[in-house]
Amino acid sequence: MSLSFREFWAVAHGMTLGALFLLAFAGGLAGLYSYRAGLLTVDGIRERLPRIKWGTGLMAVVAWLTVISGTYIVYPWYRAKAPEGTADLAAFPRSFLKANASIAGWHNFGMEWKEHVAWFAPILATAVAYLIWKYGPQLAENDRLRKMAMILFVIAFATAAIAGLFGALITKAAPVM
Amino acid sequence: MATTTSKQTNAAPTGPAAAAMISSSIGVFFIGFFTTAAGIIPGLGSFLNWWDPAGNLTGKTGLSIIIWLISWAVMNNKWKNENYDLGKAFNITIALIVLGLLLTFPPIFQIFE
Repeated sequence: MSLSFREFWAVAHGMTLGALFLLAFAGGLAGLYSYRAGLLTVDGIRERLPRIKWGTGLMAVVAWLTVISGTYIVYPWYRAKAPEGTADLAAFPRSFLKANASIAGWHNFGMEWKEHVAWFAPILATAVAYLIWKYGPQLAENDRLRKMAMILFVIAFATAAIAGLFGALITKAAPVM
Repeated sequence: MATTTSKQTNAAPTGPAAAAMISSSIGVFFIGFFTTAAGIIPGLGSFLNWWDPAGNLTGKTGLSIIIWLISWAVMNNKWKNENYDLGKAFNITIALIVLGLLLTFPPIFQIFE
């Protein structure tokens, strides 16, 4: 039972960072949802703020690490060109997918969407983290701004979820080895 | 009994919030813009190919991040002490995110390839 160097990075990119991302999102969203002056005491607002700050901050950091490791470490292995005349394309996932009409959609639709939309997540998550760090306790009273931050937070998660889902499905069809 | 902190803090101006939201959506819009434009404008795809192993994804995202950060700095500097209409800022933000999503959607940008 072992992982190759490439498999290790694929797991680190997709599963380790992905799990951290999910955890940070769940914590951040739950915190933001209930961060309302009408529901919390002064002590409650003070106690909860650091958790929301670090939850959203962690999500932003993890999102950046995920897209950077994906684009600059794993993706080059995925898109490496097979040398002319290579019969076994298993080590060249993009070429392998494109050579088979029945599974080419995983590249032409799945990867083409995933590689671009994934980058939405860190940008939007950074904006949300900034709002939390900048406005802090004010968010508990400014329901409008809190809801806007929540919606952006959910969109950031949704774009990462699209990328993560296609990443898992593409890896199943043509793993990076 | 629940109490609030309304009397404890002076409300910070909303300009920086508007700047953060709008600039982030400018960044994601440009990811979509470059994705689609690379298939339309001759030479743009090659120009955006900053690192061959990862292809022009590096330039599409790299340039978008640069535009995002510059636009954030400019807007934040301009609005840091002002109150900006948050509803308007949010509508602009959502509109640009939707446009960005559409322009990165393969059935749309592949029309131009």
